[in-house]
Amino acid sequence: MTTTVVAKKTFAHGVHPPTHKDGTVKREIRQFPFANVLIIALSQHLGAPAKPIVREGQEVRRGEKIAEASGFVSVTMHAPVSGIIKKIGWAPSLTGKMVMSIFLESYPASGQTVEPSAPCDVNTATPEEIIAAIQEAGIVGLGGAAFPTHVKLKVPPDKAVDTLIINGVECEPYLTTDHRVMLEQQDDIFMGIRYILKATGAKRAIIGVEANKPDAILSLRENIPSDLPVTVEAVKVKYPQGAEKMLITALLDREVPSGGLPADSGSVVVNVATTAEIGRLLPLGRGIIERSITITGPGVEKSGNYLIQIGTPLRYALEQAGLKKNATRVILGGPMMGFTVSSLDVPITKGTSGLLVLTDHESQLTIRKEYPCIGCSHCLDACPIFLNPSRLGRLAKFKQYDAMAGEYNLMDCFECGSCSYVCPSNIPLVHYFRVAKGIIRDKKAAS
Amino acid sequence: MNVLNKPLEIRTSPHLKSAVSTDQIMMNVVIALVPTTVFAIYAFGLAALLILSVTTISAVLTEHIYCRLNNKESTISDWSAVITGLLLGLTLPPALPLWMAALGGIASIAVVKLLFGGLGYNIFNPALGGRAILQAAFPVAITTWHPAFLADRFTNIPSSSLAWPFTTPAYDAVASATPLGNMKFNHIATDVTDMVMGLTSGSVGETSAALILLGGLYLVARNMMSWKIPVIIFLTVAVFSGIVHFFNPATPTPQFMLFSGGMMLGAVFMATDMVSSPVTEKGVIVYSIIIGIMVTVIRLWGGLPEGMMYAILMGNAVTPLLNRSLKSRVYGTGRKGGAK
Repeated sequence: MTTTVVAKKTFAHGVHPPTHKDGTVKREIRQFPFANVLIIALSQHLGAPAKPIVREGQEVRRGEKIAEASGFVSVTMHAPVSGIIKKIGWAPSLTGKMVMSIFLESYPASGQTVEPSAPCDVNTATPEEIIAAIQEAGIVGLGGAAFPTHVKLKVPPDKAVDTLIINGVECEPYLTTDHRVMLEQQDDIFMGIRYILKATGAKRAIIGVEANKPDAILSLRENIPSDLPVTVEAVKVKYPQGAEKMLITALLDREVPSGGLPADSGSVVVNVATTAEIGRLLPLGRGIIERSITITGPGVEKSGNYLIQIGTPLRYALEQAGLKKNATRVILGGPMMGFTVSSLDVPITKGTSGLLVLTDHESQLTIRKEYPCIGCSHCLDACPIFLNPSRLGRLAKFKQYDAMAGEYNLMDCFECGSCSYVCPSNIPLVHYFRVAKGIIRDKKAAS
Repeated sequence: MNVLNKPLEIRTSPHLKSAVSTDQIMMNVVIALVPTTVFAIYAFGLAALLILSVTTISAVLTEHIYCRLNNKESTISDWSAVITGLLLGLTLPPALPLWMAALGGIASIAVVKLLFGGLGYNIFNPALGGRAILQAAFPVAITTWHPAFLADRFTNIPSSSLAWPFTTPAYDAVASATPLGNMKFNHIATDVTDMVMGLTSGSVGETSAALILLGGLYLVARNMMSWKIPVIIFLTVAVFSGIVHFFNPATPTPQFMLFSGGMMLGAVFMATDMVSSPVTEKGVIVYSIIIGIMVTVIRLWGGLPEGMMYAILMGNAVTPLLNRSLKSRVYGTGRKGGAK
């Protein structure tokens, strides 16, 4: 049975990369085996690293708290399996930096049961209690940014949020985990919405879903609890529709001010998988120890959606999923914004939505001869923020960082990569912009 | 297991790439020019074939030799020099001495393109810049027109084409007037249908409006050309010359303005040159209006019958200014965003 949903809502500009989702979209989320040693990075979220509260050699049970938040912009960590703390030391991370991590050796017979703790009842808890419970559950944005969710939900006193947007867009090609979550975990999503509405004071919620997931849109619509002010809206299939700013514009026709937050436009955006975690964990008082990810790509034998323990090293994940001989690039996240890893000792973190493996073939397609900018303006037509990447690229080559940040609004770039994707001259525009933004930030910090 | 013993490739995102590349865009422009080129050779015979070959070869050779002299990899494979040479040839009078045509090809690439930094850095359209140099150097030769559809055009090469360098060429055929020249100096209007079909005299490749538009449509369909530039130029010219014609019926009609001279070739293939036209949306609109107004002013009130070349060069000259001053509103700023 094929159904289609027509969507009109969208943002201006953007690109249409091939979606590559057919390989995994029908694969239900399945339990992934436990690795022997899990590596739980203490800073796998934006903000301050968590502080370990266990010592080497200590025995921990699945779900037990092993590190606590070291400030407001920080979250708790829990043991994904029962086992023994082998050591607390450095481990490689996604960015190539070494980060302090807890190495947890799992018992061969680690059970599935999870340690319970104090539940948070949505009917009796105050907004402050819900926000504290979300921090205690260790929940961060599962869409990829890994920003602590409770920080997002704490609306500044001088601002008011009227609409909660649940982000089920999943515009990154290859990834289908959010799609599966929307099909398989609807009760958790609706329960999560109850918590977030209460925490933020928003009056209504909109679940935004790209029109290429008609099954999710229709079944979510059918199952909305009658007492919940939720609507499900289809948005056009276009990248980067899943970016917060683009989704707010598509659904509410509002813009987030430059340098501002979604709350400045009266909205809060939460990823749909994050919402499901809130709805599932808070009533039980549990912490986040596993997440659903898409393991896929032409370099993988057993593509699919898996419920995987946080801290599973990529080496183990790829051994289980099977790697093809010609695999070259291992990417965490999707192909448009994901990062290639330099080591397979990097673990799955809370923000990992996908593990994508590309082969020589796809690799060659992106490594092409660079030509000078010919002013075709394709990048200007692609940029969802309406920047001039052509000009910014030239300025970057001549290190004109002040002009980039000032006259050409570089700091509004959120690095979606649409400019690089369309550039016929194969200029690595977004790469230049990442580097330039780093230099500009450092300069600012130094002065 | 091979997971463990293979070096991983480190690259920054995006890890996907759209298929179109610069050399393909350039090659498609050449493809779009094929109908016009074939018709030019059909209309003007060996003269057109020779002039197009000479300009194309001289342009490509100039670029190749320049790269070699500078110990750089030759850039001729990007097709842009081919476009320049071909376009230059299409804008020249069919019986122009070939040594002048060669000089034009060399000047287009060496002076107008490479001196400014090569592909992507030139301010002016190289073909038109080269033609402007020829017009300044050889004002008579470049305005001496050769009739189309001569009976012996496939067997006989005009003697002026083969004139020795630095001699005054002798013309064997009776010089024929272009529709624009007839209008300007003799006040004779040419039938618009003839101009659309390419039955008139003129530069090598400017006479068939229909085939030029066909090439343009091909590029627009492949998203390799801005349709806005020609459309806005045409609208500006039609409205402006229409108003003037309404008050003074002695001036040419808008349809004559649109289908005569280099209007089609210039608006479709030269004003749209990506390098020398603006990149911003508003810049493109103002640029096209400037060209439309300039060409109308030159044709109606200037000393020359044709003004397309100077109008486009004028547009090229203000392009950097337009790019800089007419930017799009950045998301989250101004009207809707309320800058923070």
